[in-house]
Amino acid sequence: MKKYSYVGKGVPRIDAFEKVTGTAQYTADLRLPGMLYTKLLKSPHAHARIIRIDTSEAEKLLGVRAILTGKEVPYKFGIYMQDKETLAQKKVHHVGEPVVAVAADTEEIAEQAVELIKVEYEELPAVFDQRDAMKEGAPLVHERLHEYKHAPFIFPKPHTNIANHFKLRKGDVERGFKEADVIVENEFYQPQVQNVQMETHTSIGQWLPNGQINIWTSAQSPFAVRHLLSVGLGVPIHKINVVVPYLGGGFGGKAGLHWEPLVVLLSRKAGGRPVRLVMTREEQFNTTAVRQGFYARVKTGVKRDGKIVAEELLFLWDAGAYADYGVNITRAAGYSCTGPYEIPNVKCDSITVYTNHPYGTAYRGFGHPEFHFATERQMDLVARAIGMDPVEFRLKNAALPGRITATGEKLREDAGRVDECIKVVVEAIGWGKKEPKQVGGKLRGKGIAALWKAPAMPSYTSSSAILKLNEDGTVTLSIGSIEMGQGTPTALAQMVAEELQMPIEKVKVVTKRETDFSPYTWQTVASRGLFMEGNATLDAVRKLKEQVRETAAELFGVPKEELVVAEEKVFVPGKPDKSMPLAKLATAGIFPDGRGIGGPVLGYGMYTAEGLTNLDPETGQGLPALMWTFGAQGAEVEVDSETGEVRVLKMVSAFDIGKSINPVLLKGQVYGGIVQGIGSALMEEFIFNEKGALLNNNLTDYKICRAQDIPDEFVFIPIENPQRNAPYGVRGVGEHVRISVEPAIANAIYDATGVDLFEIPMNRERVWRALKQRGEKVASA
Amino acid sequence: MSRHEISLTVNGERYELEVEANRTLLQLLREDLELTGTKQACERGDCGLCTVLLDGVPTKSCLVLAVEVDGREVTTVEGLSRGEELTPVQRAFIEQGAVQCGFCTPAFILAGEALLKHNPRPTEEEVKEAVGGILCRCTGYRQIIDAILDASKSAKK
Repeated sequence: MKKYSYVGKGVPRIDAFEKVTGTAQYTADLRLPGMLYTKLLKSPHAHARIIRIDTSEAEKLLGVRAILTGKEVPYKFGIYMQDKETLAQKKVHHVGEPVVAVAADTEEIAEQAVELIKVEYEELPAVFDQRDAMKEGAPLVHERLHEYKHAPFIFPKPHTNIANHFKLRKGDVERGFKEADVIVENEFYQPQVQNVQMETHTSIGQWLPNGQINIWTSAQSPFAVRHLLSVGLGVPIHKINVVVPYLGGGFGGKAGLHWEPLVVLLSRKAGGRPVRLVMTREEQFNTTAVRQGFYARVKTGVKRDGKIVAEELLFLWDAGAYADYGVNITRAAGYSCTGPYEIPNVKCDSITVYTNHPYGTAYRGFGHPEFHFATERQMDLVARAIGMDPVEFRLKNAALPGRITATGEKLREDAGRVDECIKVVVEAIGWGKKEPKQVGGKLRGKGIAALWKAPAMPSYTSSSAILKLNEDGTVTLSIGSIEMGQGTPTALAQMVAEELQMPIEKVKVVTKRETDFSPYTWQTVASRGLFMEGNATLDAVRKLKEQVRETAAELFGVPKEELVVAEEKVFVPGKPDKSMPLAKLATAGIFPDGRGIGGPVLGYGMYTAEGLTNLDPETGQGLPALMWTFGAQGAEVEVDSETGEVRVLKMVSAFDIGKSINPVLLKGQVYGGIVQGIGSALMEEFIFNEKGALLNNNLTDYKICRAQDIPDEFVFIPIENPQRNAPYGVRGVGEHVRISVEPAIANAIYDATGVDLFEIPMNRERVWRALKQRGEKVASA
Repeated sequence: MSRHEISLTVNGERYELEVEANRTLLQLLREDLELTGTKQACERGDCGLCTVLLDGVPTKSCLVLAVEVDGREVTTVEGLSRGEELTPVQRAFIEQGAVQCGFCTPAFILAGEALLKHNPRPTEEEVKEAVGGILCRCTGYRQIIDAILDASKSAKK
């Protein structure tokens, strides 16, 4: 019966032709009649009161159409915490924060105008380290935190810099430590980094005099843009239309709302002309959102036999000037804090702290790459303290089906298997094999790290899909989830072709999103797309088939249960006279005498996350996870002890993805995620001066991996234990691929050199210093 | 700003234009000729996404002034395929999964085309060298390298 089989095949991505020919349009490729161009005047100070803004000279410049200051736009925006100002209002909160925006006929004129604006500031004491920011008497980044609206699952502490304090309490951690034979405590640190999407944040906004707001933007979540703008501006949602063309990379940094309010407000001031803002690369670093900095203290109590009995974790997040997604990253990392292990007694405090740094947001992995660096380093350090092999130690404590997570969730029988991931990685990397440690004067070592993550999202998020049957029997699928390179629309096309048993060439998935027309989805984030849009799409297929069968049943005079929809036909099996091409009833069914019945065929499908609950505010107990995707990474590295240079020779990865829908696109996610992880492991970091100004705000001084920096060898092993409530059994993996890359490399560096690193990036200088320090210790011993 | 008359050939079509002295080739292509397949992502020569072929040589168009291309020949991504017919490099990018968000894809394809023209059988190291000045954040480069190597094998001998 199965004539076509698309699920599991490396079908070329549906958007590839446009992308290889340069016809794919991104937001900055659009040009609208009357469009104005924006330039920003940004704060040179990390924390300062705005005393006076003089725009009089700029206003005189020919071609300047609108100048906007913070005083004129007293709105606050924010997905979980309404704290974000479009333009700094009374004071600036970080270097690079926009203070004045100019819209002009050309970018050059806007730039000239910005240079003519004078701003007088009064500098305030600033705070740059989250630990300092938590101290009594620290300068407050937001004095009016107590007045801000926020989501019910966020717990700010008024009159401090704490934007959220997530608490997790399982069992009795003090009793657990008393039972422990050995206690190991370590601290870990990571700086702020940036998503470095190749397309910088770009938005075009138009606020027409009749109240209609039109937005074209590089956003991952068009429906969230619409919603948050509506809340912030007090405008009804039906007056806002958000269009998202192709997106030049998101990685979380384009989720939620960013510069859309600014262009819309500028447009209003410019009489409704469309206004465009393309962030420069420098602004992408200084002004738009970044990944939060991270400090962790992890204390683990373990029995001699390798069973972990207690763990106490403190995560402090450098949120920068605004909370944005940071407060929910804090929460997500908090409820996943143990990593993929069952620990009976756990205490975790995960705290978002405002500082005068650029503001933090989501970045692929949503806090998990950060805390797994700490917990997966800690696993190796604890194993060593009790003289156990790190692989055996992980397997002994693994969170297997039926085991209880830190939030009290009993893992379902079809939850996926971290132990299988670890075992195949260990095998493929040649763990424990006797191999030369020194090759050509360089030191070689291997390390592994495991991981888990569930989509971090409110408990009730939903997705929908619309599948239309066209007049010629082809079908068109619309979804709200955007295409940013991850390939979800292609995978959905494969599912539709499979379900309808029709050639994939006859399935179109609309790639542009427009909130007036596209069906709703919460956001394109959290590795939730294939699972949630997939379930909504399968539901849409069911509804489409149902409508076809209802009409055909009347035409054929048979019960609808006897009818099958497949191979572009509706038919009763074994009865060739009871068969009709789908094209014939796409708009209506027609009786032989010409009467019409039924109507245009359209399947509307939906899916709402199942089985999630709120978490207890005091203990964090509850059900936060739609699904857990487990995985393991193995790294083989070569360390040059002369220069401190670390080269990753080989990466071995396994994830329990349930089912591979498209192995070619899947491989792309894996390789791409690993290379991002190598970037933050070895080279990426924000370097500030003592006044909080970013010193490396360009791609010369802030390096990301180039083609020459990738491992010599990638080995990816998909594990396919299906998740029963998922379409074809799939689990999300878009973020997981870049989790635990850093600790696998750090553990390999220890294996190679005997040196422990607790801070990333593990760049030449840091590694060289650590090697030198150890050398001195050895010499003096 | 002084204005200058230039003539150039872009994707086989001749243009005569008047440009300001400070206009870059990137601005000329994207804004004056509306060839938006060439991407702008840093405007200072760091990322390589604005790569075009200038007389066949991969060149960062943000670092070239429009007046410098007077009398010269430019190829952008729009000039590679003929209708539905893709080049071997373009085809290999699709087959190997070398495309994700697509923002850097035109630059890598042009660099690949130029490499295979003067070195039809490059080694992996030569491919890495040829694309080393172009950044991609999605793919991890592996499939891009494989696509160019694959195209070198499938191209007519």
